[in-house]
Amino acid sequence: MSTPVEELTFEAALQELESVVAQLEAGDLTLEASMALFERGQKLAERCNLQLEQATLRVEQLTADGEIIEM
Amino acid sequence: MGFLRQTDRYEPQTWTVSELTNYIRDLFEVDFRLQDVELEGEISNFTQARSGHLYFTLKDANAQLKCVMWRSAAERLRLLPQDGDAVVVHGRISIYEAGGVYQLYADRLQPAGRGDLALAFERLKQQLSDEGLFDAAHKQPIPAFPRKIGIVTSADAAALRDILNVLARRWPLVQVLIAPTLVQGNDAPPQIVRALRWLDGRTDIDTILVSRGGGSMEDLWAFNDERVARAIFAAQHPIISGVGHEVDFTISDFVADLRAPTPSAAAELAVPDIAEIAPLLAGVQAHLHGVMADHLAQKQRQVQTLSRHLSLLSPRGRVDSHRQRLDMLHGRLAQAMQRKLAKAEGRLAVVQAQLAAVGPLATLSRGYAIVRDADGRVIRSVGQVAAGDGLEVQVGDGRFPVQVQKA
Repeated sequence: MSTPVEELTFEAALQELESVVAQLEAGDLTLEASMALFERGQKLAERCNLQLEQATLRVEQLTADGEIIEM
Repeated sequence: MGFLRQTDRYEPQTWTVSELTNYIRDLFEVDFRLQDVELEGEISNFTQARSGHLYFTLKDANAQLKCVMWRSAAERLRLLPQDGDAVVVHGRISIYEAGGVYQLYADRLQPAGRGDLALAFERLKQQLSDEGLFDAAHKQPIPAFPRKIGIVTSADAAALRDILNVLARRWPLVQVLIAPTLVQGNDAPPQIVRALRWLDGRTDIDTILVSRGGGSMEDLWAFNDERVARAIFAAQHPIISGVGHEVDFTISDFVADLRAPTPSAAAELAVPDIAEIAPLLAGVQAHLHGVMADHLAQKQRQVQTLSRHLSLLSPRGRVDSHRQRLDMLHGRLAQAMQRKLAKAEGRLAVVQAQLAAVGPLATLSRGYAIVRDADGRVIRSVGQVAAGDGLEVQVGDGRFPVQVQKA
């Protein structure tokens, strides 16, 4: 089974999306297989879009005490 | 010391070596000019003792002078001199009794001509370059889509704000972990090294930025420190340096995997730009739909082609073709029957005609006759005739006329 898209980093999702497109382009797939690939591709693209839209820079800093605090 | 007073007595005397040596030392040490000497020369026979004291000879074309620099003074040097260096040394002249030599006790030493910072920079750069620390083979690629970036810089400097602004604008997906350090002064290098090692030891970091805003060469000096350079070289993670302004080059820049001209530029090199990635993503998505549509269309064509093939091969087609053949045979059968029937009818008519013709003749030939009136009607009764009627008699071999005599 493939990783749920929610767990993928942007880069991983984008890479898999490109691979999905390449597989679809190569053809030679059953309709079921290509539908499954397409749906996966849709989810991957949505995942990427969501990350781009919702991202806000998270900044942490190491303190003198050796703790990591959110800024 | 009482030697000067002793000589006043003009009494010849025999000195010990120590007495004379001390006398000569006093001569040097009362001369204020010899106690505050600055002189220029070339270094030779340079050695650093285990104690940390430096020993060398200062010479020019015609003379040489032994020199010593105690550890306390040597520790303040930015770089150790080497044989052949042209230097300016400050100190005082005195006697080393045990060696029987006069020498310069140096307290300051700096390269002649160019500033010592520039020389130290060139020397360290040359040394590390010779060791291969700048080799392209050691440069690591910078991850295209980092998840977390470590930053070694001063926590409250403009440089950090610039970096964070750029990251937030270009790639807000990234997380940032700041390891604050001093970036200036004698304590800066060890702090920078510690911060760098701490970040480098983490597994959640993809790229490390080592950064400082602009300043004088002295301000940036911590990034020309050999310890910092070696720590950058030793780091497992890809490191981008962004120190000072465009024109400033530091040793850190040469050792780092990637040199950025400024802190902001370092941030730009560390992450992709959402303004470029978003259209790219939209393009891939559109492509995905296009490819899928093509794929579906292709499947549809396949289905159409196959269903045509299928209909040609179906049993229904064969039934139809049989039925057609049956119809044709049926037609041929009917035609054949009709022809046969027509032929039979023809023959029948002929036979009937023959029969009709042949029948009465046979009777007539046996002696019967057929009598007809002038109109050809067969006479069957006496009432049909009157005296004087002309009749015709047909017998077996022909006909002849008769006349009724009496009726």
